[in-house]
Amino acid sequence: MTPVSLIEGTAAPFGQPNVDTDVIMPKRFLKTVTRAGLADGVFADLRFQADGSEAPDFILNRPDYRGAQILVVGDNFGCGSSREHAVWGLAQLGVKVLLGTTFAGIFFDNCRRNGLLAVTLDSATRDALLARVADPAQAQLTVDLPLQEIRAPGLRAGFDIEPARKQDLLTGADPIAQTLTHAESIRRFEAEAFAAAPWRRIVVG
Amino acid sequence: MTAPRTLYRKLVDAHTVQRLSDDEVLLGIDLHIMNEYTSPQAFSGLADSQRPVWRPGAHLAVVSHVNATRRNGPGDDDAALLIRTLEDNCRTHGIACYSLKDARQGIEHVVVPEQGLARPGMAIACGDSHTTTYGAFGALGFGIGTSEVEHVLATQTLVYTPLKDFRIVIDGPLPLGVTAKDLAIRAVAEVRAGGANGYAVEFAGAAIEALDIAGRMTVCNMAVELGARAALMAPNQAVTDFLKGKPQAPTGAEWDAARAAWQGLASDPDAIFDREIVIDAATIAPQVTWGTSPDQAVAVGGTVPDPATEPTPARRAAAERSLAYMGLAAGQPVAEIAIDRAFIGSCTNSRIEDLRAAAAVLRGRHVSANVAAVVVPGSNLVRKAAEAEGLDKVFRDAGFEWRPAAGCSMCLAMNDDVAKPGERLASSTNRNFEGRQGQGARTHLMSPAMVAAAAVAGRLADVRNFPPLS
Repeated sequence: MTPVSLIEGTAAPFGQPNVDTDVIMPKRFLKTVTRAGLADGVFADLRFQADGSEAPDFILNRPDYRGAQILVVGDNFGCGSSREHAVWGLAQLGVKVLLGTTFAGIFFDNCRRNGLLAVTLDSATRDALLARVADPAQAQLTVDLPLQEIRAPGLRAGFDIEPARKQDLLTGADPIAQTLTHAESIRRFEAEAFAAAPWRRIVVG
Repeated sequence: MTAPRTLYRKLVDAHTVQRLSDDEVLLGIDLHIMNEYTSPQAFSGLADSQRPVWRPGAHLAVVSHVNATRRNGPGDDDAALLIRTLEDNCRTHGIACYSLKDARQGIEHVVVPEQGLARPGMAIACGDSHTTTYGAFGALGFGIGTSEVEHVLATQTLVYTPLKDFRIVIDGPLPLGVTAKDLAIRAVAEVRAGGANGYAVEFAGAAIEALDIAGRMTVCNMAVELGARAALMAPNQAVTDFLKGKPQAPTGAEWDAARAAWQGLASDPDAIFDREIVIDAATIAPQVTWGTSPDQAVAVGGTVPDPATEPTPARRAAAERSLAYMGLAAGQPVAEIAIDRAFIGSCTNSRIEDLRAAAAVLRGRHVSANVAAVVVPGSNLVRKAAEAEGLDKVFRDAGFEWRPAAGCSMCLAMNDDVAKPGERLASSTNRNFEGRQGQGARTHLMSPAMVAAAAVAGRLADVRNFPPLS
């Protein structure tokens, strides 16, 4: 995973609530055995017209917001299907930060695993950012993970982040390698759990 | 003396390998389920890092999402590659795989309970959001992404942030003609999509206690639509009765010990929930969704709501967007909405009980000439049981297409079962998202019996006006 630290770039306003992962990555892009080649799938039904050409009005197709690395998003972003393809695609499109209020749990964890910084803000702060970046002249933001703040001329907004998630994002951690340092604990846990509750020991037939 | 705990907290404690930080624990996973489209990259990750599977017996792979159901087969080359990849990966690592030739194949969340593999007190993970289904058994079930699928394969654990506790009490008995699906949709509408983000939801109350196992699964399955990462119900006698004798359920002394342990598995009487709501079951009528989020729902006797009544500008804009996508107008009576298709299936509602409920409406009636109606059984075992009861004949006589193979099919339309742009569906599934059942397709969610009633009427209809004819 690529470490995340300081992101400076264009922020696009995308404030509709309950944007689900079917919309972020439609099903026709899911029949793949690799993680690659998903950038074209992101918001495909919104970004492209039936003939394959770009939908001119879609926010990420507008010249001011094309290539935005930061999206300011609506409540409950990433709800629905667990498909990590949605996060792979966003990252491949160049999106590095999502500024929102609440994120669906699986999507939120998928972001962490892929070095995509999902920032949870209170509604007032998010709404102010949405209003600000709707003006292309004010859409340049700096998101500073080490200092936990969002900056722009005349703006400085702090954000909270769980220390472990921050650390993982900053270091580009390999969580599986970290867990395997606890291999002895896992073995002991399994032995004790299955002694106490043998019906939890599954050997699928 | 230990502090009173919720059922959720007891399950987290019983699966905590060790505490990792103030926020996180290492959580042991008893059973991990995989499908063909969210697992290939996890296996290739294992191969790249040359890590073995920690405990191969604790995993089950089931082909469910991409396979065709018009006949038993992959349907296209991309699907064939996904299915073959799953089979190869499972063979390499010694993992059980129920692929298309296996008599037990079907939708993963239908298959696992059928086999007796979801049991009270377990932790179950799967690369599928509807893994909350296993809360019906008093098991901690939750969906994960593909990176976490790889994590479970390699370590049999997950790095886990415990959730807050939310109890939804459904008080009193459900009115006649009102089902678990109506209860579930109503709960989603009440709490709203995402309203339970960060929470584990425990369902309780007389209406929950009275549900059969299929109904419990329907409610826990839909809990993810309100954002709950886990759903739970305290296991009861119905759970034990269901599990007894299932092909892979415990037997002998192990069964006796399990049954005894499951009896006490519940939230302590004084356990504190961070949030609680009570819904009076008597106020629940058959529900249908009108929009593109599962919380946009009304009683079937109601009208399409006016976006102007939404409390915030963002919600108003979302409601207007939904109406435009759905081709509906505010104030339109729900029961006047004509449909093109009827679909019965999905991990929410494709079990034998669901098919019986729909067949009870269809016996002696016929699908409207304007409606293409399809039923896809949740598993091959469901299909065989239904055929043994003659339900396939009831569906066929009524004008439904009875599919000879099992899978998710038009719930998410990853196979060739895709609705056309503008087509309107009555669907027993779980998501009415834009494009979910086909690009531009318009989905109305409801119970299987309500889908049957809509298919007959040719428009959304109140199932209570369709009493059994024989």
